[in-house]
Amino acid sequence: MSAPTRTVVTVSTGDPGTAANIAADVRAGRRTAVDVLAQHFARIDAHEGDVHAFNLVLRQQAGEQAATVDAAVAAGIDPGPLAGIPVALKDNLCTRGIETTCSSRILEGWKPPYSATVVQRLAAAGAVAVGKTNLDEFAMGSSTENSAFGPTRNPHDHTKVPGGSSGGSAAAVAAGFASIALGSDTGGSIRQPASLCGIVGMKPTYGLVSRYGLVAYASSLDQIGPFAHTVEDAALLLENIAGHDPADSTSIDAPPPSLVAAVRRGRADGVPGLRVGIVEELSGEGMSSDVLARLDVAVDRLRTAGATVGHVSVESTKLCLSAYYLIAPAEASSNLSRYDGVRYGLRVSQGAANVEEMMANTRAAGFGAEVKRRIMLGTYALSAGYYDAYYGQAQKVRTLIIEDFRRAYQQFDVLITPTSPTTAFSFGDKTADPFTMYLTDVCTIPSNLAGDPAISVPCGVGDDGMPIGVQLLGPALSEAVLLGAAAVIEKGN
Amino acid sequence: MSERLTRADVVHVARLARLTLGDAEVQSFTLELADILAHAHDVASLDTAGVVPTAHPLPLVNVLRADVIRPGVDRTEVLAMAPWAEDDRFRVPKILGETT
Amino acid sequence: MALKNGWELVVGLEVHCELATNTKIFCSCANQFGDEPNTNICPVCLGLPGSLPVLNHMAVEFAMRIGSALHCRVEPSIFHRKNYFYPDMPKDYQVSQNDEPINVDGYLELPDGFRVGIERAHMEEDTGKTQHMGSSGRIHGANYSLVDYNRAGVPLVEIVSRPDIRTAEQAKAYVAELRSILVATGASNGKMEEGSLRVDANVSVRQPGHEYGTRCEIKNLNSLRSLTRAIEYEANRQIDLREAGERIVQETRHWNEEDGRTSSMRSKEEAMDYRYFPEPDLVPIAPSAEWVAAVRDALPLMPADRRRLLSEATGGELAPGSDPIVTIVDQGLDALVLGAVAHGGDGRRAVNRVANEVVTAEQGARLNIAGFAALLVMEAQAKLTSTQAKAVLVEMMETQASDPAAIATARGFQAMDSGVAETLVDELIAAHPAEFERLRAGDTKVAGFFVGAAMKASGGKADGKLVTGLLRQRAGL
Repeated sequence: MSAPTRTVVTVSTGDPGTAANIAADVRAGRRTAVDVLAQHFARIDAHEGDVHAFNLVLRQQAGEQAATVDAAVAAGIDPGPLAGIPVALKDNLCTRGIETTCSSRILEGWKPPYSATVVQRLAAAGAVAVGKTNLDEFAMGSSTENSAFGPTRNPHDHTKVPGGSSGGSAAAVAAGFASIALGSDTGGSIRQPASLCGIVGMKPTYGLVSRYGLVAYASSLDQIGPFAHTVEDAALLLENIAGHDPADSTSIDAPPPSLVAAVRRGRADGVPGLRVGIVEELSGEGMSSDVLARLDVAVDRLRTAGATVGHVSVESTKLCLSAYYLIAPAEASSNLSRYDGVRYGLRVSQGAANVEEMMANTRAAGFGAEVKRRIMLGTYALSAGYYDAYYGQAQKVRTLIIEDFRRAYQQFDVLITPTSPTTAFSFGDKTADPFTMYLTDVCTIPSNLAGDPAISVPCGVGDDGMPIGVQLLGPALSEAVLLGAAAVIEKGN
Repeated sequence: MSERLTRADVVHVARLARLTLGDAEVQSFTLELADILAHAHDVASLDTAGVVPTAHPLPLVNVLRADVIRPGVDRTEVLAMAPWAEDDRFRVPKILGETT
Repeated sequence: MALKNGWELVVGLEVHCELATNTKIFCSCANQFGDEPNTNICPVCLGLPGSLPVLNHMAVEFAMRIGSALHCRVEPSIFHRKNYFYPDMPKDYQVSQNDEPINVDGYLELPDGFRVGIERAHMEEDTGKTQHMGSSGRIHGANYSLVDYNRAGVPLVEIVSRPDIRTAEQAKAYVAELRSILVATGASNGKMEEGSLRVDANVSVRQPGHEYGTRCEIKNLNSLRSLTRAIEYEANRQIDLREAGERIVQETRHWNEEDGRTSSMRSKEEAMDYRYFPEPDLVPIAPSAEWVAAVRDALPLMPADRRRLLSEATGGELAPGSDPIVTIVDQGLDALVLGAVAHGGDGRRAVNRVANEVVTAEQGARLNIAGFAALLVMEAQAKLTSTQAKAVLVEMMETQASDPAAIATARGFQAMDSGVAETLVDELIAAHPAEFERLRAGDTKVAGFFVGAAMKASGGKADGKLVTGLLRQRAGL
């Protein structure tokens, strides 16, 4: 095997700078969006062949968007708070007239007649969409190895996975192909790849960001969130996509929170009096020692910045993995029924005597193994005679988990755990046994089940030199608190 | 539910899920699903008497929309994405299982 | 119609009612029958990836109206997904209410006073329309099908009765009454021919006092005539099977109007595992007590109440379920009757005139209520004969005139003086002695002959009732 290559950018110094810098410069006319975009495209041209972060690079559209931003600035019109920031979009976000595949053969070639709410909000805020990023098919996976279009490689080491399912978005940011990116997180699909790629990733409170136009995996768990190099950039992006959307019945009807200010406060003032709880069940057994060592470092930084730290047991976290792998596949089995070859996407008519066979053959040809596995599992868990034992029971466990966390948050403002039990693993390491792969989500799944926010923030590297993230969890709508605390951990890097 | 998932279960579920599976897939799914379900035993066997199920993490109710018509999408754009359109409609192979 | 050999029919009906909203249940596309294919569509009702439903306020309001009108409890409810694959269903699941429906436990009172229990009336989305292409035009023998999604996502309320119905006529009366109620609430246009109301019948037979038999669900009942024919056919089919010692298979059966037969569709036992689970893209509906009360209070009078009022207006002489009263309520002519009574008209006479002469809402709209009342008073005071009154009424409707007295004068109408009538009757008796003998012998049908002769002789001025009374008096009856 050839020596691993790296394609990572550092943004804190020099070009192209943080997303916040880019927007400030573009709005002030110090830099043009077109120039910023050119810097990113230069990196894509140089390294995308190695990394494979994208299913589709939107070269022409991005150029047009950037030119429009510059024209606005020239005309004295503010293009918006994300002016000229190159952003990558996970390829399960609908983009009007632009192929949206979910990295699945079954949707290959599909161009939605509408754009997701978040995509519209980004455009309205002046961001420039550079491409659609690779993912585990329909967001089912933790390594991006389940993409029908081939895996994405970790920019820190091309022999390693970037994590998943939003591996393409995480890699695009880490490699400097985009300044920021959107992913979706159903069981850790933003936080885990952020951790493995050494960037910031956040899953907001369920309902804070509209899901309209996010191709559903598990509807009661899915949430869109930001990837960024810095905590402040993550806050900036989240601030601009959050807020009520009448097109999503599960959207929280409240004004979007002020987040960038919270980051700046955290960085300047620390976190005096913040009560931080280390989750016992997720900070020992099953976690590699270098990961735990970096967790200790993060805890020390918080303590130094004024936090009080204690240990807390959240016993039901032990049940989360099982509950998740009943609930998510059950919902997925229903959400993915619509890919039947009738209205869009793949149709396999060959050998089909009737519509039933056409549907079954289309789905057999169009879905990959992991998607089929979860559809089968979910169909079984919902089927007559098994609903109560599996899906119904998992929903009750979900109640127990929520209650458990509520108790923990009476004692603590935020909880802290590793994001991933290990650093990035090698391709093929965990593909043989599905359950081994599922175990990589053990720290991230609880907040999806509870509907609470959580953030992964980089905190050094492991014994193998690969990035390690730590995860902060908080109760619903505690994003500002989490971002402030994350800024403290980031400041120590 | 403690009995192990069988090959017949997998065949039945594949039919419900409209997935044509080859013999090898039936074989591997039988083993894999049984294995995953064995891991789910901790959830399935838990005493949850008196626990209310959570379908949804948000306590929202009555999210309603005004009954006002808004333009939808142009059918040409939608039909252009169809595997087979005919006469402004979606064409599908014959449907079985109705009158005998 | 009684079944042979003492078998008892047991029927429960499931009626799907399309709600008369402007837009679909989960999106803002027009809810419009008869438009060009695939013109009322959007990402939501096409089930495109990433789309999400948002519930139509008016659909909930109509569902609550229907529940209230059927005396149901309006309850907090949730939506479920009913999972099965079918090309006319864009998501390959139907969003419906399963075990927590919005309306539960009510009843519908038929005109004759019989109450049919209502188990539930829940909300769900309609499917698209499939046209089967090929030689037969039917699903069997079709080469392929074409799907139009204009109807996909149209709001439905499914009203599920208890198996309380015992005759085909009762089933028909139930649907007719339900249709009137749905139209009265404003929730439905009631057009069965456009599929706004679709009826499925669960039919079984048993010997009285025994357990319910195995039922079959009959689909494709597009008219009241189909409904009664299909139920009778199906009942006899089941009886023949049972009497031959065969088992009834629980299944869905298709009514074929041309053959007059039901035939088996896919077996329900086989693949119907709908895998219901709570729809995670929608939140619960929990109407406040105030909302429920406001809906209930705003309901117009229901047909049963209106029939009761009309019956009371006749002093109870006509029952609420009597034909003229049912006709008047069906046509929405109650205001004419009650208005005429308020203006001093006789209730029973008003009901009969409206049911027999006015008949339609269109005719009724041409009639001045005070003028109609004045006509009834003139007739009651014997200023006009029955025949004259009818003629005046017809002219009032034709010309929208409001003064019956003026019309009567213009036509030279006035009731025959009783003295003149007596002379006329005596002349007729003298002219037709044989007929009079038959009358005396008790053959009252002959009275009609005399009345006709009196009318002819008087040029229509004779009052038939007066003539009959005089004849009976002369004949000593």
